[in-house]
Amino acid sequence: MAGGGDELKLLGAFASPFVIRVKLALSFKGLSFEDVEEDLGNKSELLLASNPAQKKVPVLIHNGKPVCDSQVIVQYIDEVFSGTGPSLLPADPSERVAARFWAAYIDDKLLASWLQAARGKTDEEKTEGMKQTLLAVETMEAAFKTCSKGKPFFGGDSVGYLDVTLGALVAWVHAGAALYGMRLFDDAKSPLLAAWVERFGALDAVKAVLPDVNRLVEFAKMKQAQAAAAATAQ
Amino acid sequence: MDHQQEEKVQLFGMWASPYVYKVKWALSIKGMEYEYVEEDLGNKSGQLLEHNPVHKKVPVLVYNGRPVAESDVIVQFIDDVWKGQGGRILPEDPHERAMARFWARFVPDKLSPPIWKWFTTAGGEEQEAAREAAVEHLRVLEAELNLGRNEFFGGDSVGLVDLSLGALAYVIPMYEEIIGARLITEEMFPSLYAWMGRFLAAPPVKDHLPPMEELKLRFRAIREYFLKNA
Repeated sequence: MAGGGDELKLLGAFASPFVIRVKLALSFKGLSFEDVEEDLGNKSELLLASNPAQKKVPVLIHNGKPVCDSQVIVQYIDEVFSGTGPSLLPADPSERVAARFWAAYIDDKLLASWLQAARGKTDEEKTEGMKQTLLAVETMEAAFKTCSKGKPFFGGDSVGYLDVTLGALVAWVHAGAALYGMRLFDDAKSPLLAAWVERFGALDAVKAVLPDVNRLVEFAKMKQAQAAAAATAQ
Repeated sequence: MDHQQEEKVQLFGMWASPYVYKVKWALSIKGMEYEYVEEDLGNKSGQLLEHNPVHKKVPVLVYNGRPVAESDVIVQFIDDVWKGQGGRILPEDPHERAMARFWARFVPDKLSPPIWKWFTTAGGEEQEAAREAAVEHLRVLEAELNLGRNEFFGGDSVGLVDLSLGALAYVIPMYEEIIGARLITEEMFPSLYAWMGRFLAAPPVKDHLPPMEELKLRFRAIREYFLKNA
């Protein structure tokens, strides 16, 4: 439970992997928060004032002070609420290095190319995105092996920073399978990660915050229709 | 210090890389000695490829035989490992720390790409668009990053945000000279402009800067290459 007097408000959007990531961190830490759904087509004054540099979600407002950028928010939660729930980042500086390195890789390489594959403006961009995504998945599979050392999670016996960081994608892995008939982490090419997805998704703290897959699928279809309409309108 | 005698620190780098300098400045803040290994990026050493198989890039810090890659990861590692030593790189307060980390990401994610595009594009609409995008992000920095009465974004000494912006203090004037147009003027960005001069003169930075004439030649060649191959 958030310490007496701690007010946590999360400005988010249900489909955003970055927002899901923060919700996962809050859930694992056992912290209660006010969940504010933003209409990204009509951003609130609070969002614009809290994140003037990027005007994006997620933004965590803790006792009136905003924190922006999902990885920055997760680290902040871990540091400020260090006595509450599990520690997400390891204490040892050398172990922290691995967590930070792979977290950067997940966003800069894996997520970036996956988003390009989904949202690229040309077929070329999308194909290149897919190619880079598959390479990134291969690298992450090896990373999981190294980080987990045979244990169930990136963090070892229990969930850690990388599980929460990659956990951002779990609901979309299932939605992607429904939409494209293709799993981001499949049993053939990335068996360790495929098993991790199931294991992670079965945790109570995760089930409590993951969005409904059908809702994500409907959302993605709507976005695709919007993009198609915009393209033909030109 | 006993602590130092037991430690072996190596830095794999390249003389023109701003990310390498970020790490050099961080090591300087901590007063740490290290062995520097210059890499030929056209012919990478077996050691570099072994230490950074995922990205195959510099900088890589090797601490007692264990490699650390990615400049932001390295800088935070340096601050963690030598916590009680030298200056603070990340602030003490968790919220300030979060702000520092946020702005540290802003530079490579938002600011650097349009600046690079502006530098590597021939004069015209596309270059002007890149310049405007860069100016927009610089305006955000100027407005949101309050120096107040501080000399640096880290307070009275160089911190994470200063290190992240750092190379721009010498790179932007060079780009301006080569292109023949200004990006950061004192009138438009009084706070940033003043900070640039102070940063280059700051103790951890002033004796750890790249060879400027060589760098300028290199940048000129880079711009020519991009214009030719557009």
